[in-house]
Amino acid sequence: MFGLNKSSLFSDTKKLEREIDGFVDILSEVGLVFKSIVPTYLNHSANGKFEEMVEKVKEMESKADKITKEVEHTLYEETLIPDARSDVLRLLEHMDELIGMYQGNCYHFSIQKPNFPKEFHHDLIELTETVVNCVEALCLTVRSFFRDIKTVRDNAHKVTFYEKESDIKFSSLARRIFDSEMPLDQKMHLRYFVEKIDRICDQAEDIADEVQIYAIKRSV
Amino acid sequence: MDISIIIFLLGGLFLGWSLGANDAANVFGTAVGTRMVRFKTAAIVCSIFVILGAIISGSGTTETLGKLGAINALPGAFAACVAAGLSVYLMTKAGLPVSTTQAIVGAIVGWNLYTGSDTNIRVLITILGTWVLCPVIAGVIAMGFFTITKNYLLRRKLHILRLDAYTRTALLLAGAFGAYSLGANNIANVMGVFVPISPFTDISISSFFVFSSKEQLFLLGGLAIAVGVFTYSKKVMFTVGNDLLKMSPVAAFIVVISHSIVLFLFASQGISNFLQSINLPSIPLVPVSSSQAVVGAVIGIGLLKGGKEVQWSVAGRITIGWFTLPVIAALISMILLFILSNIFNLTVSF
Repeated sequence: MFGLNKSSLFSDTKKLEREIDGFVDILSEVGLVFKSIVPTYLNHSANGKFEEMVEKVKEMESKADKITKEVEHTLYEETLIPDARSDVLRLLEHMDELIGMYQGNCYHFSIQKPNFPKEFHHDLIELTETVVNCVEALCLTVRSFFRDIKTVRDNAHKVTFYEKESDIKFSSLARRIFDSEMPLDQKMHLRYFVEKIDRICDQAEDIADEVQIYAIKRSV
Repeated sequence: MDISIIIFLLGGLFLGWSLGANDAANVFGTAVGTRMVRFKTAAIVCSIFVILGAIISGSGTTETLGKLGAINALPGAFAACVAAGLSVYLMTKAGLPVSTTQAIVGAIVGWNLYTGSDTNIRVLITILGTWVLCPVIAGVIAMGFFTITKNYLLRRKLHILRLDAYTRTALLLAGAFGAYSLGANNIANVMGVFVPISPFTDISISSFFVFSSKEQLFLLGGLAIAVGVFTYSKKVMFTVGNDLLKMSPVAAFIVVISHSIVLFLFASQGISNFLQSINLPSIPLVPVSSSQAVVGAVIGIGLLKGGKEVQWSVAGRITIGWFTLPVIAALISMILLFILSNIFNLTVSF
């Protein structure tokens, strides 16, 4: 009636809610896959399981891209959440970049095949776990932004905590790499990988900061 | 019907048009300006409910204006309407948030003074009192609603999209209620002065339904308001939605509902009778300013947020409007009455 179709409004809303939740699920799942990809690479880089996991990340990235486009389309087509539309879209784009960073790391491992000596395995796995925990905390922050803005700050604080942890682990690992007896080209190569993994945390922290601002804007 | 009657009624219809063009923005401005509700939807809902409010509940406030001064000649009513319209135009040009309500009261007092009729001081004081009370009550209601809604939303943890869907529906319903209240409360400004001298006769449809001359006048006034909504309010709605009230859609809903409740309170015979029946002081049925109710609600929410966003200069300008607009309207009314009676030889009172 009067151009406001209620059933369509509410069904569009539910569909979008599911899509956005699904998008955050993908980010979280990609992280979990990435967490096992690094040890898999370090221990059995030659067998097919690693490539299988890289392929899985690629599929999830494509799915996330598709969702971003669909959400963008529906938000503008149905003029939903006019006051927060641009914030939500920017948030999804930045989270998509995060998925892209995971995927990029996987590709680099797959193509460049860095040679990490055994003495660095534990530290690298720990760094990866901290990075994934950081992104997990970001997923919680984003979910809070959509449903419970009161808890955004608490969750964003966890992101900052893990980002600092990751910085410490990155510095320690990089220092150990450069203190080792490896040739400089290998040191530089390994540092590149360690730095690239740590950068995921920086991006997650930037997004968490963004979400906190959006939450202030969203407050009634 | 005599052509002169139509010309004289045009004064009221002009006032109705300007009311529709400006005050509809108070009801649907934020919803349309923030694109939560489409203009076409807003205009249709607003027009239907303004007309319904005017016909069903417009009598109470009209009676109060009648007690203030019963203009008994069409040229006199015409002069009052044109004076009100002109003074609103002049004050709006000067940037003051004024209302047709204050203008028409000033114009009626002007007619009383010019024709030597008595002004019911008690009614005048009641009307002036409600003008002060209107934004204050709107502010208090908005503060209450804001607190309840904020706590409720924090507890319910609705998804941003679900909240958006609910807010859209709520804005439309609150807008319909607001339009009804606007019609009920403000139709007196538009057609009130014509009621004692209505050129229409009652129409009986079977023995059950009588469409009285007053209701016919109100329908005409309601239609004039609807024309104002469709022809000119879009621009004002976007101004209100984008420039004046920078607030969240939920806060916008609270402003609209608070404004609507205040207008309804000052127009509802039912509530007034109920309060009297339980020995409470009844609410005077007085036309109040919807713009000032909106400003009162916005200030109320601003105060809850710490008062930093409250524009006290706007509150000050409203206070100035309470005094200056009725005086200017009364002066213009007297000048017009002088012109009509002395230059055009028209009878402005009996």
